Amino acid sequence: MINLAVLPIVLPLLSAIILVFFNSKVRISRLLTKIFSLIGFGVSGYIAWYVIENGTITLETGGWVAPFGIILVVDTLAAALLLTTNIVSVACAFYAPYSGLGEKENYYFYPFFFFLISGVSGAFITGDLFNLFVFFEVLLMASYALIVLGGDKVQFRESIKYLLINLFSSMLFVTAIAFLYGVVGTVNMAQIAERVAEVDQQGILTTIAFLLFFVFATKAALFPLYYWLPNSYIVPSPVISALFGALLTKVGVYSIVRVFTLIFVHRIELTHEFFIWIAGLSMIFGVIGALSTNNIKLIIAYNIIPAIGYMIMGIGIFNQAALSGSIYYLVQDMIVKAALFLLVGVIAYVAGTSDLRKMNGLIHHYPVLGWLLFISAFVLAGIPPFSGFIGKLLLLEGAFRNEEVIIAIIALITSLLILYSIIKIFIRGFWGDKDAMKGLTIKSTKGLIAPIVFLLAITVILGVGAEYFYPISDSIAIYLLDPDVYIDSVLKE
Amino acid sequence: MTRPNNLILRTTTSLIAFLLLGFSIYLFFAGHNAPGGGFIGGLMTTGAILLLYMSYGINTVTKMLPINYIKLIPIGLLVAVATGAGSFLFEVPFLSHSFGYFHFPLFGEVELATAMLFDLGVYLTVVGVMMTIILTVADDQ
Repeated sequence: MINLAVLPIVLPLLSAIILVFFNSKVRISRLLTKIFSLIGFGVSGYIAWYVIENGTITLETGGWVAPFGIILVVDTLAAALLLTTNIVSVACAFYAPYSGLGEKENYYFYPFFFFLISGVSGAFITGDLFNLFVFFEVLLMASYALIVLGGDKVQFRESIKYLLINLFSSMLFVTAIAFLYGVVGTVNMAQIAERVAEVDQQGILTTIAFLLFFVFATKAALFPLYYWLPNSYIVPSPVISALFGALLTKVGVYSIVRVFTLIFVHRIELTHEFFIWIAGLSMIFGVIGALSTNNIKLIIAYNIIPAIGYMIMGIGIFNQAALSGSIYYLVQDMIVKAALFLLVGVIAYVAGTSDLRKMNGLIHHYPVLGWLLFISAFVLAGIPPFSGFIGKLLLLEGAFRNEEVIIAIIALITSLLILYSIIKIFIRGFWGDKDAMKGLTIKSTKGLIAPIVFLLAITVILGVGAEYFYPISDSIAIYLLDPDVYIDSVLKE
Repeated sequence: MTRPNNLILRTTTSLIAFLLLGFSIYLFFAGHNAPGGGFIGGLMTTGAILLLYMSYGINTVTKMLPINYIKLIPIGLLVAVATGAGSFLFEVPFLSHSFGYFHFPLFGEVELATAMLFDLGVYLTVVGVMMTIILTVADDQ
């Protein structure tokens, strides 16, 4: 089917529109959300299979040929991320009805949920820089609405910060695109790449590259632009936090991957060397943040930042092993971050608090919850049978191959501290006397556990089945190192 | 309490509102070959309805135009997306548009393009969004 590439954008968009009509009927909304998210999962799974079998799909929307129209490009990287996005969306769709959203569900929660998915999918598959901006705005608009949904005082406070920083970086994005258009005269990524290569990325182009990096780094929460993230990610309800933590920052990472493997690859000693420093500092400061707090939600939110650091480290090192590791880590981190946010949502709900100092001995009452947290800590830290291991191993291999020893050591120490920050929740919250928590009433966790198990099962599959997934991430890395393949698939000459 | 007598305002409003509505529809149709289009047409329509609200008050106009503006947004989006998705039926790339020449009794031969349907979606969405924003803020106590 000729329009396969546009389905990941159009299906969530249609789902959102249909769900607006069923806004006041919660039961129907829930049912439709589950059905639509499963359809999206199936379609993206088919697209991923199709792309792996038959190579990149390009769609010239409106029938306008390459540099003139909007091109949608689904390559293996985009397909993998689309599938991951839909996995997260399925888990969140099944978690949402039980997560105690209350009357928020009647205030267009589900339509905004699907608008967010649509924006994220669009950002992954567009082949046009200005379109990337538009899809950024689509997902940000939906996230503004989701973050303030419910209207608590803290939500208002954090959402104004979130909105201001994102508006600022969006304006900068437009400015950067305007500069780039002024220099190369096109916004089609493949053609930009071609023209930047022609002049060997001289002078002003490297400046624009840094400007774009600044924009994406703000969206992806890299050091020193991460200060808006931790607090604003914990104020909405857990299912929204999970969507944000899993998807939003990763779109920024994806944009950095795309722009700095396709377009700006001719001054690596300037740009990519800089990324390694930024990655190292992000890891250090992110993990310090995670260790500094006793709020379990905040611990998870701070853990996003070192994970972004790992991915940027792979792009900074820029060889096959490191890029492959980055891609592997990106995919697994989206899933495990979603699982962790959902998990701490349940823990905070059953304990009645998100303060670690007030929790104790939960394992006696909620054994499943405890062991799930234990497993996810291992996944996040990269203990061998789980998926975090392969990504980090490849990243370290890449680092040592390029003799970037300092960043490798920082990455290893950060892993250890990440493990400590999560296992701290386990030790302080779950160990202890059976009756240590006074006034703890046992609450039902019906429906809340299954989505988390689903996500963690996928991370285990990603880890155990590395034999199957590693060649794919490797082929993506080879593909990313050779921008001509992308350019040729878009500009057919 | 005496109600203010705003006879002049109301009389001119009923005249100007129709002029504005007519002009907004002209702008909407002109979009293909001249400045205009769904966005500016929608804004102009909103302006006309807003003028009615300002001179006649919220109750009268709601009775006159019983439209749920919030529902207008998804309807507009649906029209726009369906225009794009219509290409699924003809096995052409998404958002492909086509056009044809039709004969109408009063206007003679007219070129009609499917891009106008997309514009209609934009028009409805803009009217819906603008009216929702204004009425929500106006209703706020």
